[in-house]
Amino acid sequence: MDIALSAEDLAFRDEVRNFLDTEFDAEMQAHLKSRGSKGMVEWQQKLYAKGWVAPNWPVEHGGTGWTATQKYIWESERSLRGIPDVVPFGLVMVANVIMAFGTDEQKEYFLPRILKSEDWWCQGYSEPGSGSDLASLKTKAERDGDDYIINGAKIWTTYAQHADWIFCLVRTDNSGKKQEGITFILVDMKSEGIKVNPIIGIDNEHNLNEVEFNSVRVPAKNVVGEVGKGWTVAKALLAHERTGIAGVADIKRNMRLLKEAAASEVNGGQRLMDDPGFQQRMADIEVELMALEFTELRTLAAMAAGGFPGPESSLLKIKGTELQQATQELRMEIAAYYQGVLPTDMDPEVLGHEFGSEARRAFMYGRAATIYGGSNEVQKNIISKYVLGLE
Amino acid sequence: MNFDYTEEQQMVRDSIARFVQDDYDWDTRRAIVDSDEGMSRQNWQTFAELGWLSIPFSEADGGFGGSIVDMSVVMEEMGKGLVVEPFFPTVVLFGGVVARAGDEAQRAEILESVIGGETLGAFAYVERQSRFAINDCKMTATANGDGYTLNGEKVVVFNGENADKLAVLARTSGGQFDEDGLSLFLVDANAEGVSKVCYPMMDAQRVANITFDNVQLGAGALLGPEGGALPVVNDVVSEALIALASEAVGIMGTLNAKTLEYTKTREQFGVAIGSFQALQHRMVDTMMAYEQAKSLLFKALCEYKIDRASAEATIHALKVLIDRNGKLIYGEAIQMHGGMGITDELDIGHYAKRLMMINATLGDGTFHRSKFIESTYAAA
Repeated sequence: MDIALSAEDLAFRDEVRNFLDTEFDAEMQAHLKSRGSKGMVEWQQKLYAKGWVAPNWPVEHGGTGWTATQKYIWESERSLRGIPDVVPFGLVMVANVIMAFGTDEQKEYFLPRILKSEDWWCQGYSEPGSGSDLASLKTKAERDGDDYIINGAKIWTTYAQHADWIFCLVRTDNSGKKQEGITFILVDMKSEGIKVNPIIGIDNEHNLNEVEFNSVRVPAKNVVGEVGKGWTVAKALLAHERTGIAGVADIKRNMRLLKEAAASEVNGGQRLMDDPGFQQRMADIEVELMALEFTELRTLAAMAAGGFPGPESSLLKIKGTELQQATQELRMEIAAYYQGVLPTDMDPEVLGHEFGSEARRAFMYGRAATIYGGSNEVQKNIISKYVLGLE
Repeated sequence: MNFDYTEEQQMVRDSIARFVQDDYDWDTRRAIVDSDEGMSRQNWQTFAELGWLSIPFSEADGGFGGSIVDMSVVMEEMGKGLVVEPFFPTVVLFGGVVARAGDEAQRAEILESVIGGETLGAFAYVERQSRFAINDCKMTATANGDGYTLNGEKVVVFNGENADKLAVLARTSGGQFDEDGLSLFLVDANAEGVSKVCYPMMDAQRVANITFDNVQLGAGALLGPEGGALPVVNDVVSEALIALASEAVGIMGTLNAKTLEYTKTREQFGVAIGSFQALQHRMVDTMMAYEQAKSLLFKALCEYKIDRASAEATIHALKVLIDRNGKLIYGEAIQMHGGMGITDELDIGHYAKRLMMINATLGDGTFHRSKFIESTYAAA
């Protein structure tokens, strides 16, 4: 039992801190705010130039080769500064699938482009009728010579409006069990027959979309892994999606922001931070957060020792998203009346408040966290089945 | 003992429910929310014609002479339909202030036109620093000849964008937090020196920050005793809290009904998701949360009818429970609707946002829990 970092890790932490404090400067922050997806690409290219854009990739493909502890340090330092994570669809999700299941040709073409953020990726999994029951998906791919013809629709596709490519689960065979006959395929978003319909979210922003496929022709060489084995590919990816999702460092940052806000908010002349009722709300979250941090570290230690994140990693998503939502909710409460402000661009001097609208946006968007990447209900099913052995 | 609504109350309930069903479907409401004023003047006239705007006012003032229960019925039904027209700010808050604090001439001048639907009102009581402490008031009204000069700012004024008349809380004496020295004034929204910045809220309310820059008022603008406004305001707040809780109960019941219906029809894994025991138990929890809130509302209504002061602790408790159970209910409603729940298109999120704003209005759960502790355990 020892939590102290080694001298090497401490030196690494200093290097990370120095890099982030220098490179994530005011100009970069302004770009991220004002330039949307282009700002994000700019930041990812800065990380690429440093060689740090892909902590989860092996060195041979341009990854960092960091230890689990180093990845944890990186993640913590990034989150504590409020720096957004890289967009996961390319760098985390499809890249891992291509590395594990892709052909040499696919690796040579796609991986360098992903690393340089030349392509923006999105994920085509859920369908209007297939949410938690992902294997019931119906989007159909029929073989036609060297191509597949795809018909159907994908939904809740984050950032499809910016995307150059979409990775999809499609049905190539209807004859067997529903998990069989699913194929993982890469589709160029410029293909004829693709239509992106925006979905305005509960946060009043446009991040989500429906993507329609009307006889979209895709080369058969874009299939990743074996035809009909897409479910296996997808499951490997979902496990990957779950590991980083506890977001302890993000929640810690939220707590810090909460304390700052509660210290300057007054009620009847008393600081909210000094109100016993409010202190108890803070403490309830903080106690759980302290525990979650060590649950995450335990998982990390197992991985560092060569283990693989198993079904236990579901716990991280459930607790992490619950606590994330709890901090978002408390931030709303601190804003009191101002939590409802809809415009995101009002001058705080005129409005009389700094963060009400931002707290609202974060809270509303945060409601999705317990739904995407396998809803928390599905996570509990996984734990009860695979960890507890309940059928 | 009897918790039934009277036949008359049932008729009012039915008439609002019919209006919502026939004239306030979701697309119509959305068009109203997106319109310039964010409300429908035509609907407002309908409310006047059907007598809804007259309900809390005394017969002497030209009103219906309704009780707190009548008001509760109206608010609950408005909640079910998520009606955006400014009934709460105009009738409950502004009308409540004028009815309680105004003299005969002021009541005659104002209430008749409120009841008739000609005047929209707002009650300006929140300041940048005040949060939920209404006595925290920096805005000043200085005696000036026969009248007063107003200076200061009020923020997040409900219906501030469309209000013709404002009831404004200002300090005529004392320090920033003093309970004495607060006075109420009737101010024309277009008076010289009044300026505003308008913005929409997540629950589709149109609010404003209103600045008063040397606004000159005659003696007739003072509502109630100079320096003695707080007891009147507290009365209005008590009634407003019951009104908001009633609206919340309407919303909570609607969210539960819609979610229950969804779980019966949405199929995953080849069956309706409502067939999963894990979800069934959660639906039971939200049903219980709704019934508990409704019970506490009934207790508040019964006590308030007898004596306002005896309802105080219950009203604090009610706001605590509405906050807590409201969060459970809207949280589950969004979660169980899955991806659909996090869209702007579906009504679920809009009901949730109104519940959230109700929680943030006139003190949230944490605030009223402290008040409940003060009023209940301090005496023990």
